Amino acid sequence: MASPGFRAVLPGALCYNRRVGEADPAEDKRQLVVLEGVRKSFGDLQALRDIDLTVSAGEVVVLIGPSGSGKSTLCRCINRLETIDAGTILIDGMPLPQEGKALARLRADIGMVFQSFNLFAHKTVLQNVTLGPIKVRDIPKAEAAERGMALLERVGIADKADRYPAELSGGQQQRAAIARALAMDPKLMLFDEPTSALDPEMIKEVLDVMIELAKEGTTMIVVTHEMGFARSAARRVVFMDGGRIVETADPDTFFSSPSTERARDFLSKILAH
Amino acid sequence: MAAAVLLGLLALLIRLIVNSRFADFAVVRHYLFNRSILVGLRNTLVISVLAQMVGITLGVTLSVMRLSKNPVLSVTSWLYIWFFRGTPVLVQLLFWFNAVPQVFKTFAVSVPFTHIVLYQKPMVLFMTSFMAALLGLGLNEGAYMAEIVRAAIISVDEGQTEAAQALGMRSGLIMRRVVLPQAMRVIIPPTGNEFISMLKTSSLASVVLYGELLRRASDIYSTNLRVVELLLDASIWYLVLTSIATIGQYYLERRFARGASRELPLTPLQRIRRNLVPGRPWFRVLR
Repeated sequence: MASPGFRAVLPGALCYNRRVGEADPAEDKRQLVVLEGVRKSFGDLQALRDIDLTVSAGEVVVLIGPSGSGKSTLCRCINRLETIDAGTILIDGMPLPQEGKALARLRADIGMVFQSFNLFAHKTVLQNVTLGPIKVRDIPKAEAAERGMALLERVGIADKADRYPAELSGGQQQRAAIARALAMDPKLMLFDEPTSALDPEMIKEVLDVMIELAKEGTTMIVVTHEMGFARSAARRVVFMDGGRIVETADPDTFFSSPSTERARDFLSKILAH
Repeated sequence: MAAAVLLGLLALLIRLIVNSRFADFAVVRHYLFNRSILVGLRNTLVISVLAQMVGITLGVTLSVMRLSKNPVLSVTSWLYIWFFRGTPVLVQLLFWFNAVPQVFKTFAVSVPFTHIVLYQKPMVLFMTSFMAALLGLGLNEGAYMAEIVRAAIISVDEGQTEAAQALGMRSGLIMRRVVLPQAMRVIIPPTGNEFISMLKTSSLASVVLYGELLRRASDIYSTNLRVVELLLDASIWYLVLTSIATIGQYYLERRFARGASRELPLTPLQRIRRNLVPGRPWFRVLR
């Protein structure tokens, strides 16, 4: 299914610096997400214009850009929470299904973490984590609970297992949401501004979990304003503006010498303080 | 001060009513526990509960249909609500009881597209007073419940649905496991209201000769002409039923408010106890 559409992006991916805990290079050849000529508009607003992007297994890609640049929309298109108007999206070589059972099965393999956490308000933290495995994956309750507890342990909130989301701090809620997504054993994790609704102190506890995931070789697409995370965990930074990918580079290159004027301007504004 | 004046006025009003002798309270007392009236009371309760259950079931189904992306489902639901909410429930009752048996002579359940008949009965025997009352009240209630449930479903944050979708859950599962349980908090208060309303609306079933409270009372006063006394008896029982339902609704709401509000509201008993502490304002008024 290879087409010239994404080849233009690949050189960016090939010239990254090796980073901590990286997966085996052979693994990198497996293209997990391929977007070609993706377009999306909301009424008159063109949110995405001809997006080409390839993400390989084990890669951590950070999408940054000013608000309204289309980065969240792009993230949501990958598991079809937003439909696209034109172009193709391939997940693990298969086109993204339109709807129904096939789409549900695909979504089960893609973890998603939202800006507003979206934990199920009427269920405890542990029930949040086990609902998907029990109802979608048909895993026995006891086994799901055991694995759920292990995940909560991993994100550091095992003591909150029986609390309701409203009783947790924002940082704890977001970590629970990450555990909920991980419980499905996803091939790919999408993070849609996971720290934008959090206090500075809580941002760190969520980023620590995400950095840990990145080190373990989880494939991640992260929409964020956290430049520190982009520097330390990303293999590739994708800078977007006005619904287009303006620049793709490894983080060191991007932050020290961005090649486009638009990226320089953006960085000078956010790094000025 | 205002409270004392109101209490005084209330006492005056009660004296006025008792002194006017518009009703013989001995007769009221005599018929209050009359066997026929008590059977009517039971029937009122039975038809109200059953019709409300039909209404809730229909309401949930109709509201989910109404919110469906499939235009056939949503338009069907819209038409149902439009018709059953747009015509008087009294007309609907008469329709089921009088018009339907005239148009359809037999009632039969058969396997579609075959001649296998599972159940058959002449319509006049099937459409009893009870059946007409249940259909008339229940189907009408379904239209109102549909709007209540729809509003409650819409009130649940869309992020909840998105999170469930992202886990790979299908729409039916999301509705049952994520959306409806959270919509309950919004559904309960107006449903309690609907039930209280249903307890009284069930008196309309008297026109299809269903032996509920009002029918029983009017059957008695049509022979002994104690109209005022028997209507008072019926009213007293309606007040008792609605009072019990009001209390039940209060505690049910309180239960479903858990987790949503930080502190539960006081129960009436707790409030009275708190007010009886000397030095509280209304204690001072009475002194």
